[in-house]
Amino acid sequence: MATDSVNGAVYDDDIDAEIDYSDIEAKYKVQYDEGLDNILVVDGIPVIDKSKLDKLLTRVAKDFGKKGAPVKPEDMFMPWDDAKGKSKGYMFVEFKNADDAAYAMAAMNGHPFDAKHTFYLNHFTDVEKFVNLDETWAEPEPEPYKPKEHLRAWLGDPQGRDQYVTYRGEEVEIHWHGKPSQCEVAHKRTGWTDLYVSWSPLGTYLATLHRQGVRLWGGSSWEAQQRFAHPLVKLIDFSPNENYMITWSHDPIVVPEGMPQGPQYFSAEDEGNNIAVWDIKTGNLLRTFPSVLPESEDGTKRQMQWPALKWSTDDQFVGRVTPGQQISVYELPSMRLHDKKSLKIEGVVDFEWCPLGDKDREEAEKAVAAGKKVKENMLAYWTPEVANQPARVTVINFPSRTILRQKNLFNVSECKLYWQNQGDFLCVKVDRHTKTKKSVFCNLEIFRVREKDFPIEVVELKDSVTDFSWEPKGERFAIISTSDPNLGNPAAGITLKTDVSFYQLVRGKGDFKLLRTLPNRTSNTIRWSPRGRHVVLATVGSSSKSELEFWDLDFNQDEVRREGPNQSKEEWGVGIQHLGTADHYAVTDAEWDPSGRYLATSASAWRHTLENGYAVWDFRGQELEKHILDRFKQFLWRPRPRTLLTKEQQRKIRRNLKEYSRQFEEEDAAEESNISAELIAQRQRLVDEWNAWRRRCKDELEEERKKRGKKVEPKPKEPEEEEKEEIEVWIDEVIEQTEEVVED
Amino acid sequence: MRPILLQGHERSLTQIKFNREGDLLFSCSKDHVINVWFSHNGERLGTYDGHNGTVWTIDVDFITHPPLSCIPAVSHTIRSPNVITNPLDSGSAESRFLVSGSADNTMRLWSVQTGKCLYRWEFPTAVKRVAFSEDDQQVVCVTEQRDGTNQSKEPESFFNPTGSKAVVCAFATPNLILTGHESGKVALFDAKTGDEVLNNERAHMDVVTDLQLSPDRTYFITSSKDKTARLHDTKTLQVLKTYQTETPLNSAAIAPGKPYVLLGGGQDAMSVTTTSLRQGKFETRFWHKIFEEEVGRVKGHFGPVNTIAVSPKGDCYASGGEDGFVRVHHFDESYFRAKPYGDLEVEE
Repeated sequence: MATDSVNGAVYDDDIDAEIDYSDIEAKYKVQYDEGLDNILVVDGIPVIDKSKLDKLLTRVAKDFGKKGAPVKPEDMFMPWDDAKGKSKGYMFVEFKNADDAAYAMAAMNGHPFDAKHTFYLNHFTDVEKFVNLDETWAEPEPEPYKPKEHLRAWLGDPQGRDQYVTYRGEEVEIHWHGKPSQCEVAHKRTGWTDLYVSWSPLGTYLATLHRQGVRLWGGSSWEAQQRFAHPLVKLIDFSPNENYMITWSHDPIVVPEGMPQGPQYFSAEDEGNNIAVWDIKTGNLLRTFPSVLPESEDGTKRQMQWPALKWSTDDQFVGRVTPGQQISVYELPSMRLHDKKSLKIEGVVDFEWCPLGDKDREEAEKAVAAGKKVKENMLAYWTPEVANQPARVTVINFPSRTILRQKNLFNVSECKLYWQNQGDFLCVKVDRHTKTKKSVFCNLEIFRVREKDFPIEVVELKDSVTDFSWEPKGERFAIISTSDPNLGNPAAGITLKTDVSFYQLVRGKGDFKLLRTLPNRTSNTIRWSPRGRHVVLATVGSSSKSELEFWDLDFNQDEVRREGPNQSKEEWGVGIQHLGTADHYAVTDAEWDPSGRYLATSASAWRHTLENGYAVWDFRGQELEKHILDRFKQFLWRPRPRTLLTKEQQRKIRRNLKEYSRQFEEEDAAEESNISAELIAQRQRLVDEWNAWRRRCKDELEEERKKRGKKVEPKPKEPEEEEKEEIEVWIDEVIEQTEEVVED
Repeated sequence: MRPILLQGHERSLTQIKFNREGDLLFSCSKDHVINVWFSHNGERLGTYDGHNGTVWTIDVDFITHPPLSCIPAVSHTIRSPNVITNPLDSGSAESRFLVSGSADNTMRLWSVQTGKCLYRWEFPTAVKRVAFSEDDQQVVCVTEQRDGTNQSKEPESFFNPTGSKAVVCAFATPNLILTGHESGKVALFDAKTGDEVLNNERAHMDVVTDLQLSPDRTYFITSSKDKTARLHDTKTLQVLKTYQTETPLNSAAIAPGKPYVLLGGGQDAMSVTTTSLRQGKFETRFWHKIFEEEVGRVKGHFGPVNTIAVSPKGDCYASGGEDGFVRVHHFDESYFRAKPYGDLEVEE
């Protein structure tokens, strides 16, 4: 074999034969395109006879076409069970290429073909893969448990403090608010948001808005909790129980090539829409809608309503009004149109869900526990006058859609629906005009929803009402009315003259009676404390007036309770007491904290640039803190969720209030002395330093003067006490002297 | 107590000054007039007429027991024969001489009692600040800078402070002159040689607008357009305390007897018309000298406060505003009784 040697190397054919190359071959095997990626297997096809084949195929092709994945009947193949002469309940569909197939799979998987059949799609190649799967089940490695931060950690604060967020310049800060020594910054980030920040309604999440979409943050270290990719989002709205979120962007959705796909992202069918509904826990997109811009009579587009979709208080339904036509109610979490049809109401303008009161919630919980039916939701809507039809306010049950109460109204120019937050009353503020349409006045139609047949009472007013507000959990409301001719043409620098009135329900009689009117105000905003009783009247957004008035509506409540309710009737409205007046220059917003103890006012740089900043007041109008910060934009109290204490527990606390208050007073006193001790020590130190320095200075000065030898000034003499000598002088002055001869 | 409003000037006030006893108040303004008032009732005692331009500055001597031979000498060597021939009754505590500086390029010496102009010095530029020394032997003045040209050679001890333009000055000791500068610098100069002895370049970030000494001249307060007033050690020029406000400051004074300093200022006259009264912050602000905390405000002027002076006895203060008024406030009884910070003994 030596003849074969080249350069001394010896090849041996036998060696080659012995080596096993199979692993390398497997590794570098050419991947043949199996050419089956464009074929899908569709399950859930009705089982049919041969005779119906053509009909079925065209129907299926149509359904595919509707979803934007057109196929021809000749590209479909239906396997047959020849023994029975029927189809096997699945079919193969061939698409032009793999991309089309992928799109069709995304669009049609889970498609309800009819009541009984739902399509399930798979790649043909996947079927093979699944068949070849290892049947023996291997236990998956459990992922190590990562403890997540408690989203409601802030409620466990030992000092029971509330939080608020401020947005200034680029800085977002979350503050603790409590006693002076307990106020501190809890968290701070620069550039946290691009537009503004918002709390979810129960305070669990903080939402920030960015170019790319919305992010939710939570937990004690403020980690990112969820994201919703809605580019150029401008407005957001949470559902009342924080399960869902609605986002809106002025720019219609576009889905460019190469966008990530999945349940959390927009797909082609969402293009052109503006509103998106999301599930907060999963981050999944539920549905998108185009935004409806209502057109007024003269054809100009009016401002869009926000929130565009209105939630029922239990998060079960969300309704959307198409002005003039219908209310569409969607059920969650599927976001399908409830009962597959909208409420067709000709001319409908607006509607509001009835909020659930604490009682309703309790009852609902009991009902669920007992397996009974839960009370239905209610909603109210109104329709304007059309042709001969009067304007009408209707209250209906939902989902049964039964009409509960209707009221016809005449000469209506505008209606507004206000539910009391416990769902006890519905007030319809009706702006009416006289027949000549020259003057405008206002009626308040109040529905007492808790009573049989919903009795209605009307409060007639001569002026137009600019603001209406129910007392939370109360039987009172406040209105701001004005007869100012400047109403309707708001010019810069004009502050309207207004009257503020309080009304209260007369128990037993069932009508609302005027408690008191405060005339000649400039207030344009009513802010009830979330606990009721206290109310703040503010003049906001005005450049000349910025008054805050603090009122207590139950000032002599304790007395009334002692004397019994009979007494109070005679002194109707006597419990209203003015607590204080304050002024926050150029105020733009006023908000109570969730406990109803503090009021925060802010002057936002979004509105003007005069003395931006915020202030916190107590319920009597005493200023607690004030910060003037340029470029200050936003102040928001962190909402609190409903209390977990039962009624019984709450009552117990109220009964033992004295016990608790003593404890708190002790704490307050300790805190005060603590602060002052610290401060006094600090001041003492400063004074000591100063005094030491002064003494040194004086000594040096003395020496220097001596050295200079010019004149040794005697120590600066204390201004000499003028020597006083007290001299008492007795002056006897003889005024008159007469001599009388005393006769014997 | 209700403030006494002194309406004797037609233009904005430039400086006001109490005499040692605090019974007389001197004021000067842009309307060329120097007024003297009884501080207890606001009655005008008289005027010192003669200046032909804005009177920028005044100072009154401090005589207590002047020896007969003591003749006020100005800037060390300028002796004025007029002064010698007119010796006033000595031995009593009274103010004899008033010195003033004006935009008519003169500095004048007046007899406080008669209102006569005793002597005038001519300068090539306006006189912006004058000050007596502690023993009333010397007067220092700052004249407006005019690029390159030197001031009159007449006073022997004359110097051109190096660097930024001097704005305000005072005698620290008979040998040392304290100056505040446009750049925010505060410096000490030797009165004889004109050498800069010590400086603090970063005393302020903007123009120093006022400089007032403590009664024993061991520390002083300066105000500045950089919205702060500062307390300095005369010896080391170190900043002892800083009072940070929201508006440019025009004047700062030390209240004798109480641990307060008084700050006055407000928005520049130029930009006042563009904002509301409440934004201008034309109040006199009382700050605690040691804790650097604001303790109170006194409203009144409807223009920036240009100058503040506290009576050496500490029983009243006066403020002069851009609005042309002088307001004299006598402290109420409660001012002396109040101890907002408890029983803390603060040395003068």
